[in-house]
Amino acid sequence: MASRIFGSAIKRREDPRLITGQAKYTDDFVLPGMAYLTVVRSPYAHAKVLRLRTKKAAAMDGVLGVFTGQQMKDAGFGAIPCAWVVPGSDTKTPAYPPIAIDTVRYAGNAVAIVVARDRYLARDAADAVEVDYEPLPHVADAEKATQKGQPQLHAEAPNNVCFHWKVSGGDVDAAFKAADVVVKERILNQRLIPNAIEPRAALAQYSSAMNEVTLWVTSQNPHIVRFLLSLDTGIPEQKIRVIAPEVGGGFGSKIPHYPEDSMVIFASKMCGVPVKWTETRSENYRATIHGRDHIQDVEMAAKKDGTILALRAKVWANLGAYLSTASTGIPTILHGLMLSGAYDIKNIHEDVYGVFTNTTPTDAYRGAGRPEATFMVERLVELVARKLKMDPADIRKKNFIPPFTDGHTVATGLTYDSGNYIAAFEKALKMLDYAGLRKKQADLRKKGEHIGIGFCTYAEICGLGPSQVAGAVGFGGGLWESAIVRFHPSGKVNVMVGISPHGQGEETTFAQIVASELGVSVDDVEVTHGDTARTPMGWGSYGSRSTPVGSGALMGAIVKIREKSKVVTAHLLEAAVEDIEYDDGKFFVKGSPSKFKTIQDVALMANVAWNYPKGLEPGLEASAFFDPPNFVYPFGAHIAVVRVDTETGEIKLERYVAVDDCGRVINPMIVNGQIHGGVVQGVGQALWEGAAYDESGQLLTGSMMDYALPKAEDFPNLELGMTETPTNVNPLGVKGIGETGTIASTPAVYNAVMDALAPFGVGKLDMPLTPEKVWRALQGARR
Amino acid sequence: MYSSSFQYFRPKTVAEASQLLKKHKDARVLAGGHSLLPAMKFRLANPMALVDIGAIKRLAGIKAQGKALWIGATTTHAEIAASGLVRKSCPVLAETAAQIGDIQVRNRGTIGGSAAHADPAADFPTVLIALGATFVAKGPKGERKIAADKFFLDLFTTALKPGEILTAILVPSYGKGSGGSYQKHPHPASRYAVAGVAAVVEVKDGKIARASLVVGGTTPNPVRAATAEAALSGQKPDAASIAAAAGKVAGAIEDPLSDHYASGEFRVHLATVMAKRALTAAAERARG
Repeated sequence: MASRIFGSAIKRREDPRLITGQAKYTDDFVLPGMAYLTVVRSPYAHAKVLRLRTKKAAAMDGVLGVFTGQQMKDAGFGAIPCAWVVPGSDTKTPAYPPIAIDTVRYAGNAVAIVVARDRYLARDAADAVEVDYEPLPHVADAEKATQKGQPQLHAEAPNNVCFHWKVSGGDVDAAFKAADVVVKERILNQRLIPNAIEPRAALAQYSSAMNEVTLWVTSQNPHIVRFLLSLDTGIPEQKIRVIAPEVGGGFGSKIPHYPEDSMVIFASKMCGVPVKWTETRSENYRATIHGRDHIQDVEMAAKKDGTILALRAKVWANLGAYLSTASTGIPTILHGLMLSGAYDIKNIHEDVYGVFTNTTPTDAYRGAGRPEATFMVERLVELVARKLKMDPADIRKKNFIPPFTDGHTVATGLTYDSGNYIAAFEKALKMLDYAGLRKKQADLRKKGEHIGIGFCTYAEICGLGPSQVAGAVGFGGGLWESAIVRFHPSGKVNVMVGISPHGQGEETTFAQIVASELGVSVDDVEVTHGDTARTPMGWGSYGSRSTPVGSGALMGAIVKIREKSKVVTAHLLEAAVEDIEYDDGKFFVKGSPSKFKTIQDVALMANVAWNYPKGLEPGLEASAFFDPPNFVYPFGAHIAVVRVDTETGEIKLERYVAVDDCGRVINPMIVNGQIHGGVVQGVGQALWEGAAYDESGQLLTGSMMDYALPKAEDFPNLELGMTETPTNVNPLGVKGIGETGTIASTPAVYNAVMDALAPFGVGKLDMPLTPEKVWRALQGARR
Repeated sequence: MYSSSFQYFRPKTVAEASQLLKKHKDARVLAGGHSLLPAMKFRLANPMALVDIGAIKRLAGIKAQGKALWIGATTTHAEIAASGLVRKSCPVLAETAAQIGDIQVRNRGTIGGSAAHADPAADFPTVLIALGATFVAKGPKGERKIAADKFFLDLFTTALKPGEILTAILVPSYGKGSGGSYQKHPHPASRYAVAGVAAVVEVKDGKIARASLVVGGTTPNPVRAATAEAALSGQKPDAASIAAAAGKVAGAIEDPLSDHYASGEFRVHLATVMAKRALTAAAERARG
């Protein structure tokens, strides 16, 4: 069976090229004759475009062309497709033109594009484009946007409501009637800006002779981008090649098919040269999707003994001005179905209103829907505990779904694969020394020092997912994966996969899988991804799916390689195929392991085919597709310890303990790296991050000078632990780990701050928990 | 993030730089570039020419000059933070330099640039006023010296005249019996001072002989908390007198700045807390 390479913390093979600057990102590609595109963007949140004057800009030296939305439309470039329409929610899908034609609907909306010989000229010419606007009233708040008399964004969506989606399980009204205690809360899960270190970029090379295009683009899913481009550019799918070269982070923000993808193709077609667009950071803040932005009215019912009976919620999800690729699926399927969390809550009801506003479109941001669900549940559980004067650890233990290995169905209808929530939590409590820390907290309080302990015990859904479910919930694509394993005569291996990792390290972990399962050296395996011309069809990297789904495809190909190798070995050893066994890179006759052929022997013979079974195809290559029977449900327990400076309101994270369970672990270092990044991003939401619009609809937090990202110096060493509960959803028993940190750390830190402030009677603050908010709350409490 | 086009000059002498500034009316002096270049990339500043003073050797360095330190205008924050001379003769200046921005900013940003730019949230102006530094400027009409109290005039505005270049800053040293401290609440994104307070305290025979207390970040330019300073004079440097003095800081701050992150009211509160902490640390250091 598997050798030690599976489960070992070997170094990431991606890193040498990244840390020596040899990695090539989209902006690094320079093609002969290449021109640069700059987008003219609306300064207004909502306005009619009365007149566009482009002559002056077009006449400037070095300018190849200035184009409007109408010109793009006339050239056959259609609206950006919405790729997720949730059934039963009466979803309105107003057109999302890549360049606005009559009306701009958010500050940053494209109104024209300029193509010039260099970036500076392009920017100068963009400044020379004159646009007359008639400003219209605007609205940025999702709940307010649904009320009477508010500005209307799209004629198709009265009251700006894009959809109304419901999820229901059990009998919520009866449960609330029977409850001993009910807690209510209004939660603002604020708008976030994803901030990948590499901004977006796109480079198109169009050939009019062939009517074909190559697009280099910062994407998490080049095959999806190709599919969608075939719908809106008029170029057939087989004529489109999409390459996602090195991609510097995405966190969901590089899933969508963006207007700029179409713009560069259109511009290349019009100007007859390759055209590149690279986002500036300021542009990134306005034109790349934002995440979260929920207003949640929530309540929970419980018995006196702490048993949770029911959860009811009404949510306004801010979708921004237009529907980005997957935006409607985030606050519904990936959010509402997860309201049971790690608990046995038998009665759940949620209404979700998806709302258009005059803001940057929102879509998936690391965690995508699950942080909005987990925060809600974890906050309510805390409030019930506080009301009942129960220890927040005890209420969790009381309500956990008991350990299960073969499925557990929750009230929202999902069937979790496997879980042992109590084990992860107990381990985390032990790592923390919970009892000791509570004592320390009490002692410190006597001295006027205030620390707080906060929990998040979560279960999440990822490894997206079975394609039939994808279809049933309105996702406009499949969610299976693919892999090709190709052995060369020398015994070396190329692997081509449909996933498109961009920092997650699957070039390393997938090589580890091949090495473990086929007995080659890990260095003999090369993994290729991110190019529609060089990899088989796949649905990309997001929703922590690359390893759980992608490895299923890889294992399928590995099994085929083994089976074929047995046939070749049987021929070479003059034995019956049924008698050939495989172990650790060797094929041998049952009972006599000294007579064997290595996988390398087989690879050579299969490739030269000199002495070969009759009728067997030469070559040693296998292709496989894997559609998982279910999602995977990682889980864990995160505990934050914070100290509040009651003079200034400053919060310091003193300790952070996390026990995560992602099933079997292929590379613990990579798993820990994912947890580190995820935790830090989630803490960012609790303490620092938050996109804000001013009264005129302008983004106030429009740069890194204003939008506070987490910094290394703000963190203690994270104390990480693991439990391993395999899943039977995929051959290796692995679950996703890309998003758990972000899902768990926000509520853990928030709950810790509230715990620290509890003696002052502070019960609620809106995120981010800035010093001023804490100080004001303390002022209020002291009065 | 692409600036308008501009001419670029890199003179070798101050005289040459002065000439260039005179010739190109819309020229700006470029030192570390950490404020000017971002403004140009945002096209908030569109100078026709940049006069880069980075190649003028005589503008860089730190040396003792009598009872003061001569610090060349193009000396970087990192050099000041690491300088043995500064840490010995004027430790609060090194302490301040070490709190500016991040490593990259400290390696490029200069003390002269920070002073001449006069950003309300910058750290150096506050501490330079508290220390009673003197600014040396050279222009077409020769050299002149400007006291720190008179140097900062308004938001991004100093006493420097057109064509004048800030060449050096003279910072008084302090030794035994005196202590300084700079305490700030940094903005979580930019690390600029939301409120930054510099305190320099001289203790003689167990009593405060002289206290200098300046608050930055809360107003267009740093302000001296004169009433608080006066209240400390002759007092024992204990918690009670320091708390009483810190309580007077708010009175020095008129029309506090306010933004999305921190209201004026909160800034004043932070200034009060930072004043208390700076005075406490300074007094402790003064006692040795």
